[in-house]
Amino acid sequence: MTIICRSYLCRTARSDLLGIEERGALLIGKARRAGSALQQEKFKSAGTWFVLVYVLFATAAVLGMGIEGPKAADTEDEIKRYREMINDPMANPAYLNVDRGEELWKLPRGNKGVSLETCDIGKGPGVLEGAYAELPRYFSDANKVMDLEQRLLWCMETVQQLDTQEILSRKFGTPSATSDMEDLVAYIANKSNGMTFHIPLNDAQEQEAYAIGEALFYRRGSLLDFSCATCHSADGARIRTTQLPNLTKPGKDAQETMGSWPTYRVSQSQMRTMQNRLWDCYRQMRMPPPEYGSAGLTALMIYLARQADGGPINVPSIKR
Amino acid sequence: MLARRAAIVAALFCGTTAAAQEMKSGSLPEQGASALERYVAEMWSGADADWKQRLQQDETQAQCSRFRNNPPDDIAEAIRKREAATIALPEDGNVLGRWQDGEKIAQNGRGGQFSDAPDTVRGGNCYACHEMAKSEASFGTLGPSLAEYGKLRGFSAEAAKETFAKIYNSQATLPCSSMPRFGVHGFLTAQQIKDVTAYLFDRESPVNK
Ligand code: HEC
Ligand code: HEC
Repeated sequence: MTIICRSYLCRTARSDLLGIEERGALLIGKARRAGSALQQEKFKSAGTWFVLVYVLFATAAVLGMGIEGPKAADTEDEIKRYREMINDPMANPAYLNVDRGEELWKLPRGNKGVSLETCDIGKGPGVLEGAYAELPRYFSDANKVMDLEQRLLWCMETVQQLDTQEILSRKFGTPSATSDMEDLVAYIANKSNGMTFHIPLNDAQEQEAYAIGEALFYRRGSLLDFSCATCHSADGARIRTTQLPNLTKPGKDAQETMGSWPTYRVSQSQMRTMQNRLWDCYRQMRMPPPEYGSAGLTALMIYLARQADGGPINVPSIKR
Repeated sequence: MLARRAAIVAALFCGTTAAAQEMKSGSLPEQGASALERYVAEMWSGADADWKQRLQQDETQAQCSRFRNNPPDDIAEAIRKREAATIALPEDGNVLGRWQDGEKIAQNGRGGQFSDAPDTVRGGNCYACHEMAKSEASFGTLGPSLAEYGKLRGFSAEAAKETFAKIYNSQATLPCSSMPRFGVHGFLTAQQIKDVTAYLFDRESPVNK
């Protein structure tokens, strides 16, 4: 059986595996501090599960090598059990990001030496509950439609006068450098769990962003003539063994997708945000890397969030 | 200000299939199209000059975008003609390369991404979208099954030529097809296209087993 590398993920497959074990150990350490024998047990089995499921995913999907029919059926069972684990905060490494995010939110920083606790994410200064469920939205103080990441950068600059260049140099976390953006998003998005997306598009700028987002979704280009619609406009279509959500219409696919980001990506052993997901899809489209926090990405996000209107939020989740 | 925004929104919505079909001719109203391209320019403002070339759409890409891959008949016909003119069949008339190399190209999804080294060998990634050899269970469903492709066509030389042309430029037969135009952008070389054609047409290829 030949293994053919289909993406940069292959190169990091081994270190990912180690990453997961490391994280498993971290989690176990955390449980020990919590002092509950029961939780410790949970963590241990969680660690084992991560490695197991990761190996399954890596072989079946990421590397895209040949698998036999019966094995594929087994994989579905594994995926089902794996999904059940997502909701277990003690088993999901992204809750480390949530914890770090909380600390960063409360940490006095920048020239002004204040925390982000007076930052207005849309529901009033410092109000986090339900804020993520209504993003992206128009902010009159900035006179712009912003997603959570853009808004956080804006607050760092205006509320804290913090050097965002340094923050942006770590916009996507690596095993050696965590990302403040990923951590803050994990913390804040998590505060909308149990709520549903509410994107009424009442403002004219929001309507423009939505229309631009939709046009961008269908904009074909680059060396393979791809647009988002190439891969995300059919029900139940797959790339290799990976299921693709249909994002061209409101409803279940869009709701399940948007309600599950940010997510811990097992294949990268990192928690990732929607900025990173779209960056990754543009990579597959053979486009140059889009600017983090650009108006175009926010436009795509408001288009996607609107399709997910009414859908429940349960984050951070875990995905391949 | 508000009126301008309303105009942009209206202009962009005219791009939807139903409205576009009615418009029949003419381009995406100027305001909508140029607003979109302003966003595109800002979205990739940091890209270097080489990469920025990829932001430019050719006419077919622009038309397929505007009509959401469902162009009215006259535009579909124009696309078909324009794309057919790009196809360069091998001069010696032989469209069949080595199926073993073709298999590697069909499996390989690398090349041309910003995460790839510039000298990365490019693949066609056919398995991302198509079933091919029945022994390969990891295949996508964005395109139709190509299992037993040559066998079902009686290994005919004519069908092999048409297939070479299809892979070279999918839109010469189906305007706004989702399938990449592999030859047009030089994403695959003529030799690579011959190799995948052989993968579909060689009697010994696992595709026909
Ligand atoms: C070449 C194919 C391709 C193109 C083009 C593409 N994507 Fe994706 N997209 C994928 C794949 C593969 C995944 C991963 C699905 C998974 O692992 O569950 C994905 C995942 C996603 C997700 C997360 C889905 C989830 O449930 O977690 C979103 C949102 C998304 N894409 C949006 C877009 C947008 C917006 C564009 C255009 C800017 C785009 N995609 C272009 C292939 C593509
Ligand atoms: C992004 C998806 C995608 C990729 C990648 C792709 N195709 Fe396709 N292909 C399609 C779709 C969709 C169709 C059907 C529409 C059409 O005929 O253009 C198709 C049609 C075809 C057909 C015609 C089938 C028929 O009707 O007889 C052939 C042959 C083919 N593809 C070969 C290939 C080969 C070889 C490769 C790789 C070098 C490839 N395709 C890569 C999506 C894809």
